[in-house]
Amino acid sequence: MKKIFSLATIITAGAIIFSCNKDIKGRTDDIAALQPQNIDLNAGTWKTILLTGPTEFSVAVPGATNTPDYIAQVNEIKTWQKNLTSDERRIVKYWSSGAVFRWNEILRELVSKHNLPPYQNADGTYPVPNANNPLAYPQFPFANPPYAARAYAYVNAAQYDALVAAWYYKKLYNRLAPYKVDATVQSLIPQSDLPSYPSEDATIDGVMGEMMKLLFPGDQDFIQQKIDEHKKARIISGANVRSDLEAGDALGKLVAQKFITRARGDRAGAAVGNQTIWTQFETDCIAKGEIPWYSYEIPKRPPMLPLFGKVKTWLFDSLTMVTAIRPGPPPSTKSDQMKKECEEVYSYTANPTRENIEKVHFWADGISTPTPAGHWNAIAANDFLKKNFSEVRWARNLALLNMAEMDAATVTWDTKFNYFNPRPSQIDPRIKTLTGLPNFPSYISGHSTFSGAAAVILGHIIPERTADYEAMALEAAMSRLYGGIHYRSDCEVGLTVGKKVGNYAVQRATTDGAE
Amino acid sequence: MKKILTAILLLAGITWSQIILAQTDMDAIMMNKKQFCQGITYDYSSWDHYWEGTFKRDNQNLGTVSTQSIMYMPNYGITNKLNVMASVPYVWTKATQGTLHGMKGIQDLMVFVKWKPVTKSFGKNQFSLFAIGGMTTPLSDYPIDFLPMSIGLGSTNLIARGMIDYRRNRFTVTGSAAYIWRSNVKLDRDNYYDTELHLTNEVKMPNAAMYQLRTGYRGRYLIAEVLLTNWTTLGGFDITKNNMPFPSNRMNATMVGVNVKYTLKNFTHLSFLAGSNLTVAGRNVGQSKTFSAGSFYVFYFGKKVKSSLEKNK
Repeated sequence: MKKIFSLATIITAGAIIFSCNKDIKGRTDDIAALQPQNIDLNAGTWKTILLTGPTEFSVAVPGATNTPDYIAQVNEIKTWQKNLTSDERRIVKYWSSGAVFRWNEILRELVSKHNLPPYQNADGTYPVPNANNPLAYPQFPFANPPYAARAYAYVNAAQYDALVAAWYYKKLYNRLAPYKVDATVQSLIPQSDLPSYPSEDATIDGVMGEMMKLLFPGDQDFIQQKIDEHKKARIISGANVRSDLEAGDALGKLVAQKFITRARGDRAGAAVGNQTIWTQFETDCIAKGEIPWYSYEIPKRPPMLPLFGKVKTWLFDSLTMVTAIRPGPPPSTKSDQMKKECEEVYSYTANPTRENIEKVHFWADGISTPTPAGHWNAIAANDFLKKNFSEVRWARNLALLNMAEMDAATVTWDTKFNYFNPRPSQIDPRIKTLTGLPNFPSYISGHSTFSGAAAVILGHIIPERTADYEAMALEAAMSRLYGGIHYRSDCEVGLTVGKKVGNYAVQRATTDGAE
Repeated sequence: MKKILTAILLLAGITWSQIILAQTDMDAIMMNKKQFCQGITYDYSSWDHYWEGTFKRDNQNLGTVSTQSIMYMPNYGITNKLNVMASVPYVWTKATQGTLHGMKGIQDLMVFVKWKPVTKSFGKNQFSLFAIGGMTTPLSDYPIDFLPMSIGLGSTNLIARGMIDYRRNRFTVTGSAAYIWRSNVKLDRDNYYDTELHLTNEVKMPNAAMYQLRTGYRGRYLIAEVLLTNWTTLGGFDITKNNMPFPSNRMNATMVGVNVKYTLKNFTHLSFLAGSNLTVAGRNVGQSKTFSAGSFYVFYFGKKVKSSLEKNK
């Protein structure tokens, strides 16, 4: 009987241990407040992307800090600070780690939420998400890898231009933060010498509010809630008065419009194509004497954004892309080289090692994830956090990364649909994949191009990490071979092409005035 | 012998569908003191329809997904009222269509202690109460983030079950309820989206409950029963439209089954089992059909007076 009781005790104790402490923590839940090493006071002179210059949109002269209006605004802060709830403290802490950083995380979350291919219609066709009716199934957008890369690029590019302008006016008007103006205002976040008018945080919010209407039109409630929370956090924390926010918000909105205009005309909206275009790729490929790619989904799904290769690039023009960056053809589908490469894919997948499966799954970044570009944003963000960049430098670095990622997507899609090369499992049906098989042609590997481009620009931004980024990019690329998704040549050529794209971003980085 | 609570193992492990017939750990039969029994069972489970949340669909990119397993199961009678049992399965999966690679490997070790503290008779009616405690834990580092091809969910589970058995002559009714504590699990990637984006490889696993009602004939050599089983995940989220399943989904299943066990009259050491189970309702699981077969061999180490079978007379 004793034994039984001790056994029962063990089980009960075990059960208690199990039932407690199952809560999980994210890597960035407890990130410290951003405390820039350098406030980049002269960022107003940095080279903008679309703006003609930092003064393209004017920002009104702020009121003096001894006016009744300003004093009333300071009193608003004091009223908040008298009685802070735990939720108010939470939002202050959350946003204190950086607005560009937090919005990047939020964007990765929205991409993950929307990264799901539509379910087929009863007749075997597939519905296409409609931006004008985003909440109807299939919800807009389908945030697949090209869509996501484009979203990250536009958001950070717009943030960057808006912040360059904001920095210009900050230096020009030099209105100090409320906690510097009035000693009785507490600063709930680290103090900064950066002038607070217009607010950089609200500038970013202004950008996000507008950009997200375009990119994630069905998530307006969520976005607006984040914006309101963020602005409130800035006032509560003593970092901004309301007029700082209003000026920043207005500036951000204006700058965003330039990017929205560009986005509406960048040809991404037509990238889905139509049946005639889809058939044309196949016919052209057959005419070249090659085996064309076929969708392996049942029912057959049209290829993902076949005209994304026509989308307007950031870092080079389309002629450069086609002549200097697009790689030569893959091995002929009928060649011995192709047979050999197929055999290699089969050898990796026939009896996969646990170690390789881990690599495949770590880098898969498939449906319901932030996509490969998002994965590189997460890698970048983790490293940027350690660097304590100013908000404007955060935006600049992410803009460089994401313009490179979007251009990598464009080059990849241009190449994929130029050659229309079949996947390994189409050539050799014995090949089973260790992750989902993407629904578009094989050559070149998008993961490899995204990774090659990201490794180069990130290595430029954080030189001491260059070797790590290169190792990660190589592993990401090869994971596609191990997973049975790509041939070796897809990955190797993809990496090379990606690095070329990355170099264009480095070129911009060395001439934008920030280094 | 008492076959083991395969159902828990497989729902806790393979969840995606499989409940095998032979949940005889949820039965009311005890091994006598110093009896040792071991067996091998084989299970074949498959589905071609599944519930994506509450939406029932097929998926021609999977075709029919099958899970097979071979399981070794030892069981020992410490006393007439206290048994300890274990199982170790080797599991492999396959999809008939699409390109997804099947997985294979040793899945979870399961250890159970089964205790019968109370037996009361009222004339021809007999009631028994049971308390069962157990634990399952992965024996290999199988990938869990590749459902429905993964061979298990990777959590270490603690299971507490109460059971009541009623018997009148050879007619029996047995009801049981179990609570399953499931440990968090780790993915090969460092972020995932359930209903929000998590920047960690750790997934919070919801606990689960399991209920079973079984009734039938419990004779000296033949046992034949019908079973109604329900597995309910206490939390978790639905698979979103056209998404892949995820370990912490709200996986629920209600199953009906039959279970037959026959012990050789002239050689009571040896018995054979067969059974089948069908999922009739579910959420985030496959509508699986399962067939099972197995054989057990009993060693009598103690005084060889009565086998457990004879107690069932």
